[in-house]
Amino acid sequence: MSDTPATSLAELLAARFGETLSVSTVRNETVAELAAADLIAVATALRDEPAFRFGELIDLCGVDYLGYGQTEWETNTAGGDGFSRGVEGQAMGRFDWAGRPRGNNEPRRFASVVHLLSIEHNHRLRLRVFCEDDTLPVVPSLTLVWPGVNWFERETFDLYGIIFDGHPDLRRILTDYGFVGHPFRKDFPLIGNVEVRYDPEQKRVIYEPVSIEPRILVPRTIRDDADLMQAKAEAADHWREN
Amino acid sequence: MQEIRNYTMNFGPQHPAAHGVLRLIMEMDGETIVRADPHVGLLHRGTEKLAESKPFNQSIGYMDRLDYVSMMCNEHAYVKAIETLLGIEAPERAQYIRTMFDEITRILNHLMWIGSNALDLGAMAVFLYAFREREELMDVYEAVSGARMHATYYRPGGVYRDLPDHMSQYRESPWHKGKDLKRINSWREGSMLDYLEAFTADFPSKVDEYEDLLTNNRIWKQRTVGIGVISPELAQQWGMTGVMLRGSGVEWDLRKKQPYAKYAEMDFDIPVGVGGDCYDRYLCRVEEMRQSNRIIQQCVKWLKANPGPVMLKNFKVAPPSRVEMKEDMEALIHHFKLFTEGYCVPAGETYAAVEAPKGEFGCFLVSDGANKPFRVHLRAPGFAHLSSMDTIVRGHMLADVVAMIGTYDLVFGEVDR
Repeated sequence: MSDTPATSLAELLAARFGETLSVSTVRNETVAELAAADLIAVATALRDEPAFRFGELIDLCGVDYLGYGQTEWETNTAGGDGFSRGVEGQAMGRFDWAGRPRGNNEPRRFASVVHLLSIEHNHRLRLRVFCEDDTLPVVPSLTLVWPGVNWFERETFDLYGIIFDGHPDLRRILTDYGFVGHPFRKDFPLIGNVEVRYDPEQKRVIYEPVSIEPRILVPRTIRDDADLMQAKAEAADHWREN
Repeated sequence: MQEIRNYTMNFGPQHPAAHGVLRLIMEMDGETIVRADPHVGLLHRGTEKLAESKPFNQSIGYMDRLDYVSMMCNEHAYVKAIETLLGIEAPERAQYIRTMFDEITRILNHLMWIGSNALDLGAMAVFLYAFREREELMDVYEAVSGARMHATYYRPGGVYRDLPDHMSQYRESPWHKGKDLKRINSWREGSMLDYLEAFTADFPSKVDEYEDLLTNNRIWKQRTVGIGVISPELAQQWGMTGVMLRGSGVEWDLRKKQPYAKYAEMDFDIPVGVGGDCYDRYLCRVEEMRQSNRIIQQCVKWLKANPGPVMLKNFKVAPPSRVEMKEDMEALIHHFKLFTEGYCVPAGETYAAVEAPKGEFGCFLVSDGANKPFRVHLRAPGFAHLSSMDTIVRGHMLADVVAMIGTYDLVFGEVDR
């Protein structure tokens, strides 16, 4: 992906930051996880030090890990009446506000993910910061390091409710004026809570509770990689022609 | 002495120069901008959340609708992310087709941009010229995918189908008949590649026409030279990419620096600005159209000489052909599973970026091993660019804001997502 192999960046990071970062390289992409308290110091160093020079913050976004790895369609029990084929679970799009999933087994739910780019060295780096508290997720703001992160943090606050400590202007950005809730959280219904229409009697636009039902056609299924391995083998030896 | 106070002005969301649905709230001191606060999100559709509720392939069509004037480049980023996680690579011919269509898309985008930007700044004619060629390229989109704009043509593992061997022709009508009909159909007698060959041979002269209208136009230069100057440092601080960065003299293009598809094999140049003003960015984009034209010519040449598969023969990801499906039980099962359940993508995360016409369009994809993405985040270049609006237009005149909106090349489909 870049001129210098990404491993060298991982080594540089490990040498410079030691225990502060846990660095890994997957598919030539370097990822570093760190604690929220270290973020500003690490970010400033990454921007300024000649070995890194991450002059551009390309992207910042939130991730909600609630329900990660959960499946709706278990076919592991088989009896006299066949496989259990019922769709169970509360994955994306299957619930309304009243039936939203509550209780949370994930140790830490929200993360803020930053993508950095060094034009000088042609490097990319992904930083991930988990929020310590699920009920009040807080991460320090990077606006003083890269001013361009301003809107990305506003967007993440709007959609995930992650609070960026030190942000100069943390307003909603993408949702409607006066919107309630953080729509990209995994426990926010896909159909939303309100719908909007023009009311000819009141001669204005009004909000009403949603009238549609949750409807998802394809269940969320997790199959192990065996399928894909088989596919690769099939593609490799052209079994079809034999 | 009368007391004079600043006043607040509302620009858009219904304004011809707002390029869609930008609402800009400006604090003005006379005609000078003191503060500009863009309000976006009026076109927010929650694309990323919707993508989490569907199998991977069903979201490709949503990508077209993000930046709806550079459709296939958006698809490219999303498809590339899925391919990285699956560990598959499209066949060589498909990669050449993608390269070619990325560049066709770049020309489409820049034609739209040059027309609407000139229209905003008072030059009506350019719009009419640019849309003439845009229509010709739309026909290529239509020939290959059936849709003029929202193609859904790229798929993980290749492209949906091979290039067609004929172009649709104009029929006789009260508007097109006789000699005129023969002339407009003369390019369309062969295959799509023949048509593109004729188009690319002709296109540089068309770019000359736009340049005749603008490059030395006194009014155009008065409206753009020295307006919206962005220093290279400022551009990097604000996360700018694409022409916004290159116009300021930073030589950075993903097609050269982190090549994907077949860009490493292509011979083309990257135009770079000097002053970082609106005029330099205009020159960069015009030159990019010429360079894209060169890339298309190289792709056409290769594609004519090298027939081959355009999709992987991996039935876990790509559907079997209709014929196979009707003869072979195995193929029928694959087809059924693929179109009902989709394919499972191994757990992991990746960030795939392409050089879209507006800048770096990226797709951050997190999969937990399911047949639907766990999280898709789309990094839209326009979103980062527009956020710098306040810093850049402070101290400019009101009319320069329109020049600035034009030079950002904003499309709200991608800004609001």
